[in-house]
Amino acid sequence: MILSRLAARPLLLALGLVAVLALPWLVYPPVAMDIVCWALFAIAVDLLLGFTGLLSFGHAAFWGSSAYVSGLIALHSGLPFPLAVLGGAAFAAVLAVPIGLLSVRLNGIYFAMVTLAFAQMVYFVVNQWRDLTGGENGLQGVPRELFGMDLSDPFIFYYVGLPLILLGMLVAWRIVRSPFGRVLVSIRDNPARAQALGYPVERYKLLAFVLSAALSGLAGGVFAISHGFASLHDVYWTTSGQAVMMVVLGGIGTLWGGTIGAALIVLLNDYLATAGFQEIGIVTGSIFVIIVLVFRRGVWGTARDLVQARVAARRRTTTRLRTAEE
Amino acid sequence: MLQQAFNGLVGGAFYALLALGLAVIFGMLGVVNFAHGAFYMLGAFGAYILLSSFGVNFWVALIAVPLVLGLLGVLLERLLIRRLVQLDPLYNFLLTFGISLILQDLVRRQYGVQSQPYPRPSELSGSLNLGLFTYPAYQVFVLVVAVLVCAGAWVVLTRTRVGMIVRAATERPELTRALGIDVARWVTPVFGFGIALAGLAGVLAAPMRAVNPLMGGDLIIIVFAVVVIGGLGSIFGSVTAAFGIGLITALGNLYLPTISQTLVFILMAAVLLWRPAGLFGREEALT
Repeated sequence: MILSRLAARPLLLALGLVAVLALPWLVYPPVAMDIVCWALFAIAVDLLLGFTGLLSFGHAAFWGSSAYVSGLIALHSGLPFPLAVLGGAAFAAVLAVPIGLLSVRLNGIYFAMVTLAFAQMVYFVVNQWRDLTGGENGLQGVPRELFGMDLSDPFIFYYVGLPLILLGMLVAWRIVRSPFGRVLVSIRDNPARAQALGYPVERYKLLAFVLSAALSGLAGGVFAISHGFASLHDVYWTTSGQAVMMVVLGGIGTLWGGTIGAALIVLLNDYLATAGFQEIGIVTGSIFVIIVLVFRRGVWGTARDLVQARVAARRRTTTRLRTAEE
Repeated sequence: MLQQAFNGLVGGAFYALLALGLAVIFGMLGVVNFAHGAFYMLGAFGAYILLSSFGVNFWVALIAVPLVLGLLGVLLERLLIRRLVQLDPLYNFLLTFGISLILQDLVRRQYGVQSQPYPRPSELSGSLNLGLFTYPAYQVFVLVVAVLVCAGAWVVLTRTRVGMIVRAATERPELTRALGIDVARWVTPVFGFGIALAGLAGVLAAPMRAVNPLMGGDLIIIVFAVVVIGGLGSIFGSVTAAFGIGLITALGNLYLPTISQTLVFILMAAVLLWRPAGLFGREEALT
């Protein structure tokens, strides 16, 4: 039984990798790209919400600003697009420092409101800086090429862009499993005790905020390049809300749950859009309301609880059998 | 410039009506109602639908729409919000976010994103001579209504037993309950009242602002910033900040037009740096 538990993790990992690699065969390739980008975005948001206990309702600021910066670098410098995306992610991280410094002093609902407000400020700036961002038209004509290689085929671009996304996911996974990640969880569960144990709580929160912003930026940059443009929608508050929605749907604090949430929401959006249904908020909003009311553990969280309950039950029966033998 | 200042006060009037509703709801339930902007939008559409489909004029709408929306708020509190009040307040924030998406897109499905016309009531179509300048009568009316409502709320809060309970429950919820006061009884009416205020602001906005499904979403985020500046736990602070911010953004519009939209957020950043709990908030309310 110990063997099976040891094998479970690599098995899940292998399954996940196969699923990610097979994705553009299963769904329309641009949709596959959207799924993995949003998955990384959701994971980044969960890093804060699930592992630090901070609900950011303003992560569109990082996803979106990186979309614009990545697009601008790719458009004007001719650098290979992974460098443009890393530039965008770096910009998101830098932007997160002042926003984080002001926000991490607040808790719970205040943090959510303040991050939302700062993100709206970024939205207004992007909207107003027409010369640079194209205003309401968005930033158009972002090239998709690498060393002169044309990557405008979404199927090919998926596999070229994927390593960046996987890199981001790996970083998130390492953070959660590092001593730093354990401190974050302790701050989430009991900030006063973490402080009493000598951990500078605000500095830890700030670092988590900046890391989360950088990962969101990485996702937003790949997203913008894959679409060939960045739009105002990328920095709008509904984008922040959608990322939070994915995390809650997948399961807060599960890290990988966000990927399930992202896949479900992106597929649903795509399905509704194809069916000519424009008012997606009616459907996603309703789903979200139901999840918040009755399904707060999310898909991944519920599945994990079921598995753990079964494992625990089996362990109980084996011990009972053993004691009976003795 | 005086005229611009007056514009600012009128803008602040809308912030004040919304911030007042948000603040009393937050005080009683500990819930930040994301759907507040959606109810403001519904208020404007309520007036529009009454006029265009039933020929009901502005004055009836001004009374009827807030009442209906207030009842809708009561239902919302009873059926949904109440289930989550015991949990982390973030869940109700998320719930009301979902509700605002539903409301916004339901209206969008019916009326599209273009703005609907709503005429000024004929009684207020002219201008008033205010001594130093003339000003549209309707805008003066909006300002007067908002000030009267805020003043009325202030009187109720400070002079009546209900007001005392609401204030006590806002500032020291546990202690109020410990003193044997049935706070729960007032939760639903206060929620309905807050929503009715948002509806009232919406009706008032219909003749002077673009009536479209997206009008609430952007406004509510600015009102969040206003409430953070004023101090979330403080009803008085929220209303004061609302008029102040209205004034400052309007003057900013005059002197620094490029940053006028971001000014409120810059102010919020400055206040957070200096006083994280807001101008009139208490530090302990932060945790």
